[in-house]
Amino acid sequence: MPPVISAKGLSLTFETNDGPVHALSDVSLDINKGDFVSFIGPSGCGKTTFLRVMADLEQPTGGEITVNGTSPREARLNRAYGYVFQAAGLYPWRTIGGNIRLPLEIMGYDKAEQAERVSRVLELVDLAGFEKKFPWQLSGGMQQRASIARALAFDADILLMDEPFGALDEIVRDHLNEQLLALWAKTEKTIGFVTHSIPEAVFLSTKIVVMSPRPGRVTDVIDSPLPAERPLEIRDTPEFLDVAHRVREGLRAGHSYD
Amino acid sequence: MRNLLPILTVLLTLLALWWLAVAPMNVRPALDIAERSGAEVMPSGSVERRDVSVLRLMLDNPDHVAIGYSLDRPRLPTPAQVGQEIWKTTGAMALKGRAWSKRSLIYHGWITLQSTFWGFLLGTSLGILGAVAIVYSRVMDMSFMPWAIISQTIPIVALAPMIIVLSNQIGIDGRTVPKAIISAYLCYFPVLVSMVKGLRSPTASELDLLKTYNAGGFATFLKLRLPASVPYLFTALKVGVAAALVGTIVGELPTGAISGLGARILIGDQFGTPLAIWSALFSAAVLAGGLVTFLDLAQRLTLNRMGFRQ
Repeated sequence: MPPVISAKGLSLTFETNDGPVHALSDVSLDINKGDFVSFIGPSGCGKTTFLRVMADLEQPTGGEITVNGTSPREARLNRAYGYVFQAAGLYPWRTIGGNIRLPLEIMGYDKAEQAERVSRVLELVDLAGFEKKFPWQLSGGMQQRASIARALAFDADILLMDEPFGALDEIVRDHLNEQLLALWAKTEKTIGFVTHSIPEAVFLSTKIVVMSPRPGRVTDVIDSPLPAERPLEIRDTPEFLDVAHRVREGLRAGHSYD
Repeated sequence: MRNLLPILTVLLTLLALWWLAVAPMNVRPALDIAERSGAEVMPSGSVERRDVSVLRLMLDNPDHVAIGYSLDRPRLPTPAQVGQEIWKTTGAMALKGRAWSKRSLIYHGWITLQSTFWGFLLGTSLGILGAVAIVYSRVMDMSFMPWAIISQTIPIVALAPMIIVLSNQIGIDGRTVPKAIISAYLCYFPVLVSMVKGLRSPTASELDLLKTYNAGGFATFLKLRLPASVPYLFTALKVGVAAALVGTIVGELPTGAISGLGARILIGDQFGTPLAIWSALFSAAVLAGGLVTFLDLAQRLTLNRMGFRQ
């Protein structure tokens, strides 16, 4: 089966007043169907930029990238992916249900279909019963879950998540990580996940992409040996710690450059 | 209601200061009247008193200061006099069934209110349309915005007669339309500026989100930019409606209008009846207060219904 996302020699250079910034330099990576891929690295390593290139929110300046076998632009026009931003970004004037309905309205689903999908994805992220609440009435973790539900509502096969739990506290984060794994198992989506937390990356991923800055590049790609079934306790096993160690080594290697 | 006490305190302080100011403001006419009725005044003779300070006059003639509080044509009327005049030209006339008489402030207020309404409607429509054009077109942003700012530096009093003459010239009878145009001229600007800000208030990631849905320009406007601008709109409407009222009154001033609060102010000035000016002035203030309060209520209701946390 061809990879869902495939990048070859991808580079992106921003022209700034202080000269060019190499956000991505010669990045090659294949993501297969059903993979949970984490991108980890210090800020400025281009992990978010890479995700945004996949989503056609940034244009690469060199190399090739395909999403579902087409250009990112075509994939975006086909609504091939759902994107979860760092901030939940729920519209304050819409209820939780209304926020999840937003993509469905834009994509022209009929009313009955909209209602059915909203209640289905709310169930999926464990927010049933909160449909009529406004965002400010929910905690930060619940808001982020609602924004994941919004990305799931229109059945895109790919889910791109840009540090979705970055602003949440450790306990809420653990809980959401578990839920996200369950959701991934249930929906069999391909997930691209940006994070700067090593435990989070190791716990969630089937593939961990370690990146480093100046220029933004991939220093290591780790295929996780951990089983698909992952209780939180797995984080104390030697296998888990081995992977975490390798990620840390990769991050350190990247840093020795500057 | 917890701000009722501070508001009342300020109001009472203002009334007290006003009432105290009546004595020095009216002491000269008061002494003239006292002298004419045969009382002894220090110094005697209106011309002699001209060079004496009002404070000196009050200290030297303490018995006659009180006359200043009941003059027919005071320099500064007392709060009670203004209150009586307003009642005489509103409530009392309404009770006699003459609310729509040409001497009634209800009638004049209604005329002004009508023009304000049309000016407000025209001004806010133009302001909103202009803002949409500016936000969606770089050319409009570069070319129209400077003119909008310049338009507000022209004194409206200078422009008003021209607007009346020109609209008469193209066959528009009456003053409703030109007054509405003058009023809209003042009202559109705050709406334009606020709406430009409001329509631009969505963040980059909010716009990116819609891009990932492959949303078109119209959907982006309808589902993001427009609702995001509503809090800005209401703030603008409150400023705008006050500006529209001022615009209408200014439109009634230099144009020989015979009805409307502006006309009352002008006529009061020409005929030397300060009470008429003051009562028209207060009616205008009450009208503006009412309009702003109404919009404030509409704002609370709308924003609450829209789920904006206040």
